[in-house]
Amino acid sequence: MPADTIAFVLRRVGRATQNSISRLGFAARFFALVLYHSPAALRRVQLTLREVYFSGVLSLVIICVSGLFVGMVLGLQGYDSLNKYGAGDSLGIFVGLSLVRELGPVVAGLLFASRAGSAITAEIGLMKTTEQIAAMEMMAVDPLARVIAPRFWGGVLSMPLLAAMFSVMGVFGAYIVGVRLIGLDSGSFWGNMQGGIDFWPDITNGIIKSIVFGVAVSLIAVFEGYDAKPTAEGVSTATTRTVVGASLAILALDFVLTVFMFRGAAS
Amino acid sequence: MPATARPSLAAPTCPTEIAVELAGVSFGYDRRRPILTGIDMAIPRGKVVAIMGASGSGKTTILRLIGGALRAQSGKISVAGQNVRELDRDALFALRRRIGMLFQFGALFTDMSVYENIAFPLREHTKLPEELVRDLVLMKLNAVGLRGAAQLRPSELSGGMARRVALARAIALDPMLVMYDEPFAGLDPISLGVVGQLIRKLNDALGVTSVLVTHDIYESLKIVDYIYFVSAGRIVAKGTPDEVRASQDPFVRQFVDGEPDGPVPFHYPARTLAEEFARAG
Repeated sequence: MPADTIAFVLRRVGRATQNSISRLGFAARFFALVLYHSPAALRRVQLTLREVYFSGVLSLVIICVSGLFVGMVLGLQGYDSLNKYGAGDSLGIFVGLSLVRELGPVVAGLLFASRAGSAITAEIGLMKTTEQIAAMEMMAVDPLARVIAPRFWGGVLSMPLLAAMFSVMGVFGAYIVGVRLIGLDSGSFWGNMQGGIDFWPDITNGIIKSIVFGVAVSLIAVFEGYDAKPTAEGVSTATTRTVVGASLAILALDFVLTVFMFRGAAS
Repeated sequence: MPATARPSLAAPTCPTEIAVELAGVSFGYDRRRPILTGIDMAIPRGKVVAIMGASGSGKTTILRLIGGALRAQSGKISVAGQNVRELDRDALFALRRRIGMLFQFGALFTDMSVYENIAFPLREHTKLPEELVRDLVLMKLNAVGLRGAAQLRPSELSGGMARRVALARAIALDPMLVMYDEPFAGLDPISLGVVGQLIRKLNDALGVTSVLVTHDIYESLKIVDYIYFVSAGRIVAKGTPDEVRASQDPFVRQFVDGEPDGPVPFHYPARTLAEEFARAG
């Protein structure tokens, strides 16, 4: 390989690394500023409640419908596999643990990133493009306190509630398939679930995961919107980055959290 | 409104008469590409002053420097006696409360109604009771002739109406200085005249100082007291509307007469045609 090509590749890699580190530093500083402005934003509770409505309430349809179908598929697939070993009656605990520990927080997080995260990024990016953020700054109103922090906390508060809704609908979907369609005993379905799922660590771990995912998705969404280039292409790129970045962050964080939680449960 | 009806703009000698002053201001996003170089400007209290120049000449950058949205690399920017470059964030925000700004396309908050847009700075910066906020909002809207549009959304407004609502919002806190970034861009002749007259009348009625960034020479000559011409980041000419009309300065003439070529060249810098074709052959 000629020396010029090697130098070119090294330059590109070096520049990309430098840009990534610089952006990471900017994101960390941005997160610190959002936390700094959070008390002021949270004191005006109606601003955060408004964002809970836009991020949470308006995401309920996709979360509930997805949860129902995921639960129904889990019911069918789970019964098919468990029945081979004569453990069809354990469907309740299988579905419950799958949803509460893993699928609820992860799938709800992915849906939340696609539905609410992209909307938050696009809204903030368009506010920047149309100079609304600049106008706010010129009116001596800090957009971090007025626009960014309420959206961040709206997402953080919505995410665990949406994950809980997803799990509830999933369990209901599995009940319809397992009990109503296949004909499993209702008492055994609910009894196994009640006996096999503990509030600590199963449900609390699921809640912790959904809170961490909520922080990650909301931070990525507000950061990408705030950092978007003020052009149509810039907003489109930022929205894509939010969905891709938040989805990868959820999957990576899920692995890390599961490692810690499993180790905790095993010891 | 004839220009001669207003007092002439002699160079003010008393510093307190100066609302905004720029002295030797230079700015660039990096050292190799200066946007502004050695800008000197004095904007007297109570006057309407236009900053004119071709697109990309650095006009809007001057407004951003005055408002503290950008920090000059050198020179002094003084607004109401305060050096903007030396203000910390709190002091800068305190100063901005006394400055109104109208953005090029209004920059109205699209998730709020017209009423809420104008109430926004009042609610953010004062603890006035809602009844008083309502009265103030309706007064500001009445001043721009849009009291009846209070409940409309920004998406329901024409370009001229949006500009007038933004003007009402800019004066909501009774500022000492109002800055206008391209207030005439994209307006039909009627809206353009309305906005122009509003700028002049509100300036005189409220006793504010107005800085106007525009390239609409005809509308500006009707309403402003003084004009600065900016080209390639430098002030290349200045004067009252009468002086501008009579000026033989090549840049001013090209600007006033709308000539495609002159001190501002038609062609972007490039090799000569002969060199270009010789190279291609």
